[in-house]
Formats: sequence, structure tokens, C-alpha cells
Amino acid sequence: MYQVVVPGDFLSEETKRAGEGTYVEEGKVYASQYGIVNERGEIKVVPLSGKYIPSTGDVVIGRITAISSPFWIVDLASPYEARLHVSALSGITRDKIEFGNMSEYLDLDDLVVVKVMDVNVLMKIDLALQEDLELRRGGRLIEIPHTKVPRVIGRSGSMIKMLKEKCNCFIFIAKNGRIWIRGKEEDMDLASTVILKIARESHTSGLTDRVAEFLDSFRKEKGRELRG
Amino acid sequence: MKEEIELIKEGKRLDGRGFDELRRIKIEVGVLKRADGSCYLELGDNKVMAAVYGPREMHPRHAQDAKMAVIKFRYNMAPFSTDDRKRPGPDRRSVEISKVCREAFDPVIIRELYPKMGIEVYVELLQSDAGTRTAGINAASIALADAGIPMKDLVSSIAVGKINGEVVLDLNAAEDNNGEADMPIAMIARTNTITALQMDGRMTQEEFGRGLKLAMGACHQIYELQRAALITRYNQNYESKREEK
Repeated sequence: MYQVVVPGDFLSEETKRAGEGTYVEEGKVYASQYGIVNERGEIKVVPLSGKYIPSTGDVVIGRITAISSPFWIVDLASPYEARLHVSALSGITRDKIEFGNMSEYLDLDDLVVVKVMDVNVLMKIDLALQEDLELRRGGRLIEIPHTKVPRVIGRSGSMIKMLKEKCNCFIFIAKNGRIWIRGKEEDMDLASTVILKIARESHTSGLTDRVAEFLDSFRKEKGRELRG
Repeated sequence: MKEEIELIKEGKRLDGRGFDELRRIKIEVGVLKRADGSCYLELGDNKVMAAVYGPREMHPRHAQDAKMAVIKFRYNMAPFSTDDRKRPGPDRRSVEISKVCREAFDPVIIRELYPKMGIEVYVELLQSDAGTRTAGINAASIALADAGIPMKDLVSSIAVGKINGEVVLDLNAAEDNNGEADMPIAMIARTNTITALQMDGRMTQEEFGRGLKLAMGACHQIYELQRAALITRYNQNYESKREEK
């Protein structure tokens, strides 16, 4: 059973183990967020809601919202916008990207998989390209609250592993709650239905088993349809 | 000098409450779909809706703070919330209450985590019966937690006052209008820290002390209700999801 806490709830006296979603006052650890306590390793409060705030090292999916040479301005489903420098791309393509033709490489509304390289105190965020150039090459994008991401991945990746196998899809889950799915149309339909279901029921126990059940029954029905 | 109206009969107040009794409180969390956090609260005949948006980009831009988030707090009474129709829009009174309420949350919200952003709190009074700002603060506190805003504590709030020479808790409209004093307070229950205190009318030093003690006790009760509302909301979801299955 999960333990739900509200801001100000006393958690522990071991101030050295204080992690995210907590604060220390007079030698005691208190919750600073409304969420679920996780005491494995650090004492953390996993929030039930809230906005995504980029931190160094996160791999996220961004959408180009503006071009302001020599940067692309990227939306990360966060209140803070980030920027991607041309050099991040010219290093890969070996082309010389001229002033004014940046949109030939990445245009408005294009999606990119990026890594957060640096977040400074003023929340200026620098990105680097990660993996493929863009998502233009197919698949679809679904968005869930970033707080549900750990649930879709599951404990040590159990949930995502099952999804990939049973849905027969390529699935990439970014830290900011954007999920890239690529596969056959019907497989993608199934995968997105299931992921949205997981996000909706994220705080129920035995979810992995239930999702497995759901996927199996769906497959059986499909098989019956094909035979009948 | 108007004649004193009898507000206490046989040791009870007009609505049957004792001197140290709160009005009925009802709390619902997460009632607005489009808000990041929300709460509907009833305190007796007060009905209030609180919505929280953010952290999101702060407008106007010149009001941004490069080091921390800025809290915007809007207390507003609906035109139909009072006996006589209230002229819509901000007035002197609601601007002042908005400021006092915003400052009541200053010590708890961890603003340093969101430089340049704005956290917007909207408190709308749908029906009023004295003590609206305290109802608003209680609701806003829950809505902020629901929005996932990092805070050090929840803020709880209640008013005390003096009617017919007696110090009583949580005045209703009849008592507020005909009483001698009204004193709303907001505080952090865990640390007994007062974050807002106002007083209208006159009380002796002894009465003030007694009233403050009464109000602080009541804030602890309210804190428990606020906390329970947030926790049962989650458990309810949990139960209903299990039933669906």
C-alpha cells in the first residue's frame, strides 16, 4: 500500500536521506509536495501532479516553436522553453547550415529527441540532439503527464518491456511525458490505448498484471475475428 | 448608537452553535478539469471555488522575478454571492483581501524552485456568509497542493470575533454585521506560525489573547480536514478504480 502525504508531513529524522519532494527543518525531514512516499534509498516524495522541469541529463521530446538564429527554440512540455544551437546539427550532417536556411533542417512543429545538456540558474536550457534527427520519419506522438512516466516504464522496465513485446511496436518514452510510438497502424492504436489507460490508472496496485490481462484478451479477440 | 441585537440566547448562538464551535465544512479536491489544481469548499453558507494554474510564464513580463516565482492571488466575489447584487470586478476591498491572502502563502510556497514563473491562484466566492477570506485561504491551500506546487506546509484559516461581549469562533453574517469585533487569522498548524492576522472592531487585550487561542485551536481542526480531503481523494480514486475492474 502506498503512503500518501501532504506538504508539511513529517517523514523521518535521517536528514542525510532527504531526497526530492522533501525539505529539512530543525533536523527533521518533511514532505514539500502532495504525493507518494518512496523510501528506497533516498526518502523521496513522488508528486501526483505538477509541471515538468528540465534537469541536466534528461532525454526528452521537443517541438520546434521558433527559429531565432543561431538557435531553434524548443518546447519541452514545460513552462520553461529551451534552445538548440545550430552546431548541434551541423556536427551531424556535416553541412554548413547558413543563416536563413535553418528551417530546411528543422522547421516549426518538427519533433526532435534531445538531451538536456545544461540548465543554468536563470533556467536557460541548452539542448543537444539525441538519436535520430527528427520523428518525421513516422510513428505517432502521445502525451501523458510527466508524473506518470515512471509507471509506464514500470519497476526496472517491466511494463515497457511487456508493451513493446505485446504491441509489436517501437516505443520511446521521454522524461517530459511525450511518447513516440512507431509500428503498424493497429499496433499503434493498441499501444496508445494501453498507455493512456496506464496513465489514467497510474496509482492503482497490480497494474502491470491488469495491463497484461487486457493485452492478452485483446489479442485473443483479434485472433477470433481473423479466423471467424 | 444603534441598539444591541441579541445574538446569544441561553448560552447558544442564533444558529445553535456553542461559542467555540465551527460551522460545517465540506471539501472537494480536483473539481476543475482545466486547472492544474482546484478545490471547492463550503464553510457554513460560504461557497468558494479555488483554482491554481502554473507555474507558468509570468505576465506582465516586468513583474517577473529572475530568482523566484511570483504568486498572483485573485480574490473575487461573484455578483450573485451577496444579498444585494455586488458590482462585478475588483474593488478596494477585494484588492486588499487578495494582497493579504497572497502574503499568507508567502512563507510556505517554495518559490525559489521556479525562477521567472508565475503561480496563479484564483478564489471565486459563489455565496458569502462572513469569513469568506478564511474559506478562500483554506480552499487555495488545498488547490495549491493539488497542483503539485512545492510547499513547506498547508495554511489553515479561521476568524474569531466578539458578539454581545462574548468571544466566539467563526462568525456568520448576522454575527459579523451586529457584533463588536471580527478577527480573521491564517496559520501553519504544524509550527503554530501565524501568516496573516487582521482585526476589525475592538477587543481587550485579554479577549484578544483568548480569541487567538480559540482560533489557533480551530486551525488545527481545519488542518486535519484539509489533510484528510487530500488523502481520501487519492484513496477514493484508488477504490473506484478497483471497483471498475
